[in-house]
Amino acid sequence: MAFGTVALLVMAAGYTLGAVLSLVARSDRAARVLTAVGAVVGGAGGLAAAVSVLATRVSVDAVLPTVVSAAGGIVIRLDPLGAFFLALITAVSLPAAVYGTTYMAEYDGRCSLRVFGLMFNAFLLGMSVVPCAANIFTFVMAWELMAVSSYFLVMTESEHSETRQAGLWYAAMTHLGLVLLLPMFFLIAAGHEATAFVDLRAYGATLTAGTRTAVFLLALTAFGSKAGIVPLHVWLPRAHPAAPSHVSALMSGVMIKLGIYGLIRVLFDLLGGGPAWWGGVLLAVGSVSALLGVLYALVEHDLKRLLAYHSVENIGIILIGLGAGSLLHSVGLRALAVIGWTGALFHTLNHACFKGLLFLGAGSVKQQTHTGNMEELGGLITRMPQTALYFLVGSAAIAALPPLNGFASEWLVFQSLLAGAHISRPEIAAGFPIAVGMLALTSGLAAACFVKAFGISFLAMPRSDHAAQARECHWSMRAMMLVLAGGCVVLGLAAPWVARGMSRIIDGVPGLSAGEPIPPSSSLWLTVPNSSAQVSPLLLAVLLGAITVAVLGAIHAGGLRVRRADTWGCGRISQTPRMEYTASAFAEPLRRVFAEVYQPTQDLSINMHPESRYFIQSITYTSHVVPWFEQVFYDPVIRTARGLAAQTRRLQAGSLHLYLLYVVAALVAALACAWWFQ
Amino acid sequence: MSRYAVLVVQPLVALGLAPGLVGFVRWLKARLQSRRGAPPWQPYFEIRKLFGKEAVVSHTASWIFRATPFVVFGTSVVVASLVPLILVPASPLVAGDVFAAVYLLLLGTFFLALAGLDTGSPFGGMGASREMTVVALTEPTVALSIVALALSAGSTNFSQIVARTIAEPAAALGPGHLLAFIALFVVTLAETGRLPVDNPSTHLELTMIHEAMVLEYSGPYLALIEWGSALKLLVFLALAANLFIPWGLAFALAPGALAIGLASAIVKLGALAATIAVLETRVAKLRLFRVPELLSASFVLALLAVMSTFLVR
Repeated sequence: MAFGTVALLVMAAGYTLGAVLSLVARSDRAARVLTAVGAVVGGAGGLAAAVSVLATRVSVDAVLPTVVSAAGGIVIRLDPLGAFFLALITAVSLPAAVYGTTYMAEYDGRCSLRVFGLMFNAFLLGMSVVPCAANIFTFVMAWELMAVSSYFLVMTESEHSETRQAGLWYAAMTHLGLVLLLPMFFLIAAGHEATAFVDLRAYGATLTAGTRTAVFLLALTAFGSKAGIVPLHVWLPRAHPAAPSHVSALMSGVMIKLGIYGLIRVLFDLLGGGPAWWGGVLLAVGSVSALLGVLYALVEHDLKRLLAYHSVENIGIILIGLGAGSLLHSVGLRALAVIGWTGALFHTLNHACFKGLLFLGAGSVKQQTHTGNMEELGGLITRMPQTALYFLVGSAAIAALPPLNGFASEWLVFQSLLAGAHISRPEIAAGFPIAVGMLALTSGLAAACFVKAFGISFLAMPRSDHAAQARECHWSMRAMMLVLAGGCVVLGLAAPWVARGMSRIIDGVPGLSAGEPIPPSSSLWLTVPNSSAQVSPLLLAVLLGAITVAVLGAIHAGGLRVRRADTWGCGRISQTPRMEYTASAFAEPLRRVFAEVYQPTQDLSINMHPESRYFIQSITYTSHVVPWFEQVFYDPVIRTARGLAAQTRRLQAGSLHLYLLYVVAALVAALACAWWFQ
Repeated sequence: MSRYAVLVVQPLVALGLAPGLVGFVRWLKARLQSRRGAPPWQPYFEIRKLFGKEAVVSHTASWIFRATPFVVFGTSVVVASLVPLILVPASPLVAGDVFAAVYLLLLGTFFLALAGLDTGSPFGGMGASREMTVVALTEPTVALSIVALALSAGSTNFSQIVARTIAEPAAALGPGHLLAFIALFVVTLAETGRLPVDNPSTHLELTMIHEAMVLEYSGPYLALIEWGSALKLLVFLALAANLFIPWGLAFALAPGALAIGLASAIVKLGALAATIAVLETRVAKLRLFRVPELLSASFVLALLAVMSTFLVR
């Protein structure tokens, strides 16, 4: 048996054993350990399979035709594109699983860690099988396993009403995706027996333009609801804060990326790409998602919800890369299109890395302080120095600061947008500079947002007793954050090498391939074909390091004298945390600038002294930002659904006679149908 | 060999010129306001004196506060090695393009804003919040000005942009270039904390942006930050001058060409600095919430610049 097949078997066996063993574990502690053991064995198998496919570029096949043979059985084919996503899943799930062993300790006795272990491993199995699936049945089953098990993971703390509400939103949105996924596959395979992806690829070429359009729209909505594009992102800011943090890291870092995988697989692999307007739609949806995601993150003061909105932003950036590549491809600029797609895939990997890291960091903060509200945090850099350092690395990476990985992928996306200048049709080319403006605004706002997230949560003085009593988290949790932080640095410095690997993967997908050999590039520079633009994150890092060391040496040689004193405060006696800037205050200027988008509701009540209105007893100020498009899109839907549900409830009268009548009516109706169809 | 020298020569020249540039603006402003003013070389003395003094660091400050001056200074110096100042950086070792320069400066600002929050002083937080607001709103204009330049050059590489403008001067005088130049100049005022966005000589808390962030710094740390900020001003002015009016830049490491490059750089920077001084005497500072209007106007200019480039090609 080939190495890849063995590794895939180890993966499936590891996850299955982890699920079963943790279910029958004797204690909560044993359940936690067994959960992680299964996940680590499974993840190691998956990573080995993915790496071997990426290294040898030979796909791994496995077929189990006897399992549900009517639906085509289970067909597995791990090609380089799937292997890339499998590598990404396992690279984040390995640290997350180990992190969870100690992180979940606070749940001991509070909720069933056995069921949690079952669902956690089922979730990993579902996610890992999605990129390996090679027929409709396997794909949909894995997709649904992933959706259902993650629903239970979100519901871990189901005693809170917020969690139950989040679970409802998540279940509704994720099943909206499934409901659209089935007709999408049906449209591609209509009138045919075989449902393997190899056959679908052949059918895809024969579809009419109208069917292709329908498939595109269904795929965009179905996979978009998983990826979290605006306005289908509503479940992200609800479900991510509700789930345990290492589950959020997996959902946000990895699971939503499978929406991107689905889009690439269906639109560019099975259908082989489409007309120019597909790319235009992807570009527009990406730009809007990126900008709105970061705008709502700015006014969010819950650490995990802020990170969830940033996932919306980053999915937007990935879609901008996909859309730009698709537009360039459709006008024949194939070599330049590869830059956009490379940027998109690279950003997918990078986002998994830094968002996983940031959620694990937020989890450590939440474990120690029991709050995610930034207004109650502060001063953690002296209490949790290592967590703070890792969170800072993640923040700088997501803000696209050089020389970290976010910079490299955003640079590629920017270059693909600049390549739009080569398009001779002005009506297409004019969209690119607008996307440049939106992407630049997004990255500027992201930098502002992460100054807020890191600066308010970790710096200065603690704003509450919880924050003041925080201690550094367990070493195993810190080690896992170190792994991901190291990933951010290495992916940044080795960006040219990684990007070259990505372009090889892209070359293997029919709808993405440049159709010409990839120009050789150096391993030091990120480059663009037909252009002299180049950047070397490694060289930038070396220069920065050298200058810092030189200046540091010069200053210390001159004898640096440092005196510790109080912060200057205009003659006040002592400094208290109440004097610090708050997260709300930090975001206030931008909230005012974008007031048209936020439409905040403000409530100011001033309690005056009864004797004179010049003496104020208390002032209460509350302000809320409720996303207006949630009200526009979802309120009517929810109202209609509730109305229908209320009507349906009349059936439930509670009378036994009525129910017997239903039974008889149903029987008569069934018989009538049988007679009619005969 | 000569091609690598740019990595060393340019930052050194920039470091040498930067305090003088700031001093020149201050001196000219004083003269325009009928004051005598300090001589243009005053900032050199200030920096030297600050390096000799002790640094006072707040009890609440962490290592971020002490690391920030090095990040700010380091990023400014690296950017100075990338941009065309007296020499066109044609070396294959030049580490980045326009985007790299912009994001490196953003790295410096990111750390400066964190340092502002680190001391727990309300001034620092206020400065950080305002600075990040202004920087976030300038990013799209910066990016679009770059696009306008890169569209005609076909690349974001500095040497390519400069070479293209010199080869086709007719394109350089086109409307697109002019609009992009104005947009970039407005952005320069905002990014480097000049009037009408920020007032570099104020210490009134209602109006401070940059000064509020660096309020807690003293001694050598303050010297590094001041020098880094001066360098940032020089880099932005050099970008505005040499990307749009590149004539005089040296293309080789010959003494004659370098001398011409240096002289032309000083003349161009002096002219732009004089413009800033005149502007700062003539206009009042904008209210913070009027700044977005100015920045969106500059964004529209940059967008028009790009669109006109599409039209005329």
